[in-house]
Amino acid sequence: MSAPTAAARRFLPSSVFGRNLLTVLVALVAVVLVLELTSPFRNSQLATMSYYAIAAVGLTVLTGLNGQISLGHGALMAVGAYTTGLLLENEAMPFPVAMLAAMVVTAVAGIVVGAAAARLHGPYLAGATLALAVGVPGIAIYFDGLLGGEQGLRISSPTPPDWFADAMYFLTAGEMTSARYLAYIGWGTLLLVVLLLANLIAGRYGRIWRAVRDDEIAAELAGVRLGRMRVLAFVVSAACAGLAGAVLAMVVRLAAPSGFTIVLSLALLTAVVVGGLGSLGGALLGSALLVFLPPAVTDIGTDLGMSGVQAAQLAPFVYGVVLVVVMLAAPGGVMGIVRRLRHAGRRARGRGGPSRPAAGKQGVGATDQGGRG
Amino acid sequence: MQQFLNVTLGGLSQGAIYAAFALALVLIWRATRIINFAQGSMAMFSTYIALVLIESGQSYWAGFAAALLAGLVLGALIERVVIRPVEGGPELNAVIVTLGLFVAIQALAAILFGASFESFPAPFGLSGFSVGEFTVAFTPFSAFVIGSVVVVMLALVALFRFTDIGLRMRASAFNQEVARLLGVRVGNMLTLGWAFAAVVGSLAGLLIAGGNLVHPAYMDPVIVYGFVAAVLGGLESPAGAVVGGLLIGLALSYVSGYLGSELVTLAALGILVAVLLVRPHGLFSRTTARRV
Repeated sequence: MSAPTAAARRFLPSSVFGRNLLTVLVALVAVVLVLELTSPFRNSQLATMSYYAIAAVGLTVLTGLNGQISLGHGALMAVGAYTTGLLLENEAMPFPVAMLAAMVVTAVAGIVVGAAAARLHGPYLAGATLALAVGVPGIAIYFDGLLGGEQGLRISSPTPPDWFADAMYFLTAGEMTSARYLAYIGWGTLLLVVLLLANLIAGRYGRIWRAVRDDEIAAELAGVRLGRMRVLAFVVSAACAGLAGAVLAMVVRLAAPSGFTIVLSLALLTAVVVGGLGSLGGALLGSALLVFLPPAVTDIGTDLGMSGVQAAQLAPFVYGVVLVVVMLAAPGGVMGIVRRLRHAGRRARGRGGPSRPAAGKQGVGATDQGGRG
Repeated sequence: MQQFLNVTLGGLSQGAIYAAFALALVLIWRATRIINFAQGSMAMFSTYIALVLIESGQSYWAGFAAALLAGLVLGALIERVVIRPVEGGPELNAVIVTLGLFVAIQALAAILFGASFESFPAPFGLSGFSVGEFTVAFTPFSAFVIGSVVVVMLALVALFRFTDIGLRMRASAFNQEVARLLGVRVGNMLTLGWAFAAVVGSLAGLLIAGGNLVHPAYMDPVIVYGFVAAVLGGLESPAGAVVGGLLIGLALSYVSGYLGSELVTLAALGILVAVLLVRPHGLFSRTTARRV
């Protein structure tokens, strides 16, 4: 570590929570700058990214830290979205209350799913959650009186209150559009979720989850209650998915079965795998990919002379190919590559920390993250 | 009473298809300890190949044969190229690879063949046999479905029981290292296992498509039903997969007939959870030690 960085370190807060809080505050400033400086179209893209990212950070905690795969997060997002839709009908309550309620309802659903999932591993768990993802949209169609059937529920998204618009105008002299306001809601929620999760995984629970993932028998011998910890991981993850669903409902203004297909769940999985399983930063990176890659790929497709329908299918095609390629070539994802380069660089200089084996065993289970988000 | 009979007969012929699909999953699971979530997409792809051939004027049977052949090649190719590197690795990696294939093949089919619904012909009549004044929901095509599934199963039993290559495949599934020491080319046997499984899966895809509409996602629910059937049978046993398939077919047919077709996938989920909680090793397992 060179002298200037060491000096700078002294001014940083020493607690993990302090450091995470500082990072999130810096990110908040960056978010305000980006949202104010970009067009309404980019604002709505960023709003989309925020709900993907909320779900992805939850999923990365479950899959990366606790080793449980879930293909049911799309379905859990549906639970959150429909709850929000029902609660916001006729502006019955302020939207933060509806979001909290959506989170709680989805967390309760997560207890039920998690209790069943805690006994399963690997392919069994994947199959069971796949059944969840394929089955849950059927509920919306069955109760079409309440949930709107195939057409879905229309959702009145909140309008920016005057005090918020005034405050932001005072700060940035920018007009508060509806898209921008929704992006603020999404990113505010996301930063809060990331702050809470970063603390959670840096602390006792993160350690226990990693222990369960790496060697469940050793963890059990050390006094960890496996079942309880697995259910807890699932509930935390489901709560994130519920919040993501709530943001989705407000941004898209619609909750319909066609929005929560298996492709949504697999897109979330792609995001966390590409970024690097278990890393919050990786999940953010992956969800940026989910938002900004499809338009780019679709453009390439239309340039190559494909019809609109064909070009629209290029994005899922790329998701699938990327999943396979990442798993074969770099199971640690982008964050795994970054970590490996950093270790290699440190060893080449011949000083710094103790030399660790570069990548350990090349598995999903081995990608570890100190918990700094 | 008549409805009960019809629902039961419909369930049996659907169950035969799920049985074939579950069998394909079990074959791959036994050989490589991987659940092939891409099985449905692969079957869908080869069914589309049959559809293209049939629409270009070939007979149904030419398309049928081409689809099975395409399944064989696709299965072998996928095992060799993308599955081999993750075999024996962390189980999550293999799951993610097959899921990636699942999406990629489905999207590729939508790009190549179009994403709209298309009708797929059936080689036999689709109106039910008449018994006295009743018309039962058992058609010549259902007879063909059950017949072809039975033929394939007998062929597989014969292959594994009575042929040299079947013995080698069983040996590689039973213990790779010992089989290798005894001179079995384990790698080739695994490829062959995937190829045969893909043929059986393609058969299931063709039979589901017959007389119905196909679109790139038409196999999605079938993956779930086939998986539930395979788990019900214990994932290890081909006979269990067949019984599991028939049971799932019947159960889902009753749900669809008496409760509503939207609830079928949820019912499958319910059955799966119940099986996994009560008998996680399937209906036919003997007590086994927990795999660590």
